[in-house]
Amino acid sequence: MITIKNLHASIDGKQILKGINLEIKAGEVHAIMGPNGSGKSTLAAVLAGRPEYEVTEGEVNYNGKNLLELSPENRAREGVFLAFQYPIEIPGVSNINFLKTAINEIRVYKGLEPMEAKDFLMMLKEKQKLVELDGKLANRSVNEGFSGGEKKRNEIFQMAMLEPKLAILDETDSGLDIDALRIVANGVNKLKSKDNATIIITHYQRLLDYIIPDFVHVLYNGKIVKSGTKELALELEEKGYDFIKEEVE
Amino acid sequence: METAIRTSTIKEKLISEFEESKKILFGNTRLRDQAIESFCKQGIPTRKNEEYKYTPVDLMLKEEFYFTANKNCSNEQIEHLKFLKGAYVAIIENGIFMEGLSNLNNLPNGLTICSLADAAKNNSTIFEKYYAQYADINADPFIALNTAMAKDGVFIYVAKNAIIEKPIHIIDISTTFENIMIQQRNLIVVDENAQAKIIESFETLDSNAITFSNALTEIVINENAIVDYYKIQDEKELGNLVNTTQIIQKKQSIFSIHTFTLSGSLVRNNLTLVLDGEHIGSHLNGLYLTAGNQVVDNHTVVDHRKPNCNSNELYKGIIDGKSTATFNGKVFVRKDAQKTNAFQSNKNILLSEDGTINTKPQLEIYADDVKCSHGTSTGKLDEEKIFYLLSRGLGTDSAKKLLMNAFASEVVDTITIEPLREYIEGKILKKFELH
Repeated sequence: MITIKNLHASIDGKQILKGINLEIKAGEVHAIMGPNGSGKSTLAAVLAGRPEYEVTEGEVNYNGKNLLELSPENRAREGVFLAFQYPIEIPGVSNINFLKTAINEIRVYKGLEPMEAKDFLMMLKEKQKLVELDGKLANRSVNEGFSGGEKKRNEIFQMAMLEPKLAILDETDSGLDIDALRIVANGVNKLKSKDNATIIITHYQRLLDYIIPDFVHVLYNGKIVKSGTKELALELEEKGYDFIKEEVE
Repeated sequence: METAIRTSTIKEKLISEFEESKKILFGNTRLRDQAIESFCKQGIPTRKNEEYKYTPVDLMLKEEFYFTANKNCSNEQIEHLKFLKGAYVAIIENGIFMEGLSNLNNLPNGLTICSLADAAKNNSTIFEKYYAQYADINADPFIALNTAMAKDGVFIYVAKNAIIEKPIHIIDISTTFENIMIQQRNLIVVDENAQAKIIESFETLDSNAITFSNALTEIVINENAIVDYYKIQDEKELGNLVNTTQIIQKKQSIFSIHTFTLSGSLVRNNLTLVLDGEHIGSHLNGLYLTAGNQVVDNHTVVDHRKPNCNSNELYKGIIDGKSTATFNGKVFVRKDAQKTNAFQSNKNILLSEDGTINTKPQLEIYADDVKCSHGTSTGKLDEEKIFYLLSRGLGTDSAKKLLMNAFASEVVDTITIEPLREYIEGKILKKFELH
């Protein structure tokens, strides 16, 4: 699905990613772990096309396309979804109106007719249930006045509505209590299929108790320094990131 | 002879027009003489005048103007402007009340709507009690000019205790094929314990003529009355408008005014609210969407004269192209006006490099036990929000439109007449399509 080769990226002239190599196939779940400042969120931002970041070297092939050449909206239309670490509040824009516009623009991009209003509403109800999002929240302005947990659930709700091929969850577990974590994980698990892939970016192992990764990678100082299976996450949890630092340095 | 006219200034022409026409105009000639004298002293304001610093009315008045126009309008031409079904509609064409074009059958008890010139004769008690009592001829040259030269306009009287359920829609329309300067005057009196909703639209029919409208409305809101007032300024690109609105509120009354400036070449609003009683509530909302070379200037004054009143002001603007928007909001809290709550906010989005916004909030407080605040902000559309929307598959255009609409909605949502809100929303969406 996606092949990342020797990816280097910087922001404001500061090099953050220093040669990432990663291959993800359809149906897989990859966890990317690492200490603060290792470049995890930068990787997510670069893949989603955040304009502040500059890719200085390397390539990203996404389903046969050069991902780095696509605009952020076209990446989304091609099926890339980023669940934000800090979802943005947009007062005055209703969640529903925004999702309807998004879905229809994606459909136009794919050469499809806009969705019928009643199909949209049915889908809305079904997906709301999936992430146990209150109908009232779905009707409100995007994330306005939502609690931290509600914002994260709203991200997964949007993901459910947009049905991405590649979902990138950027620290979706941060700031979640255990109930919210379970709901979010449950939503992600239900959306998993053999045709899509998930990248979970996290600092802690906790989320991986609920979403079992096929692979775990450790990002440190802008590079993947260690890869393994889910046992690696447990080892990290036990020993802390210092052991990685010692191993690398 | 003709060269003499061409070289004379607009001021001289106005004065000579006044001398010719004053005998046939309604009302008190002495008042008109005082007013023209005051206008002579003040003259047409230039940009050296602090109050007109950003609004080149003098340049707009360099053109040749007629002062009267033929009636050009047919019912068919204005049908689409009567978008409020069931409303009482008063049509003012080129400053003259047009009974034949209006829809004023079956006015309910307690509601009078007629030509102002007629009201000067037929409703003389109310007319004389309130006419020109609030708009001070020495405060602004356009007030003086209008008071001297006003030909007509609408008179609305809502009697004590009358509750007018359906909206009253005043449509001011310029229809001339020659450049024209219009002096329109309205008087609206809502008596004790009465209620009304009034919409005033400013429109021009398609033509290549330049219009300059100096429109003045005095609104009297007596004790306990509730009035909701909407202005929709949507003139074509050759339309210039100086719109003075002078409001006096008596005790326990509630007044809301919403000013939507959607188009026009130059729009200058002079809006003054005097809170002359206790326990008054006042709301001022404004939205201006400017583009091209438009100039829009909102000057507001909220004058708290008595204790225990609340005023709340919110003006928002989206500025594009080479347009200039100005907000100048003064709030006075007089010595006696203890326990005043007065809030004012002006927020702007600048879409272009060449657009200009001048914003000047002013608070003058002479009482010591009050809660007052003002704030102003100007920025671009939020990049973070745009990226969030793009990351969900929206294109840049629709992301921006959605955010502009969201910005405007804070003002639009204050409209309590559902079909009016839909109309304005439609107008705004159409306007955003052009960006």
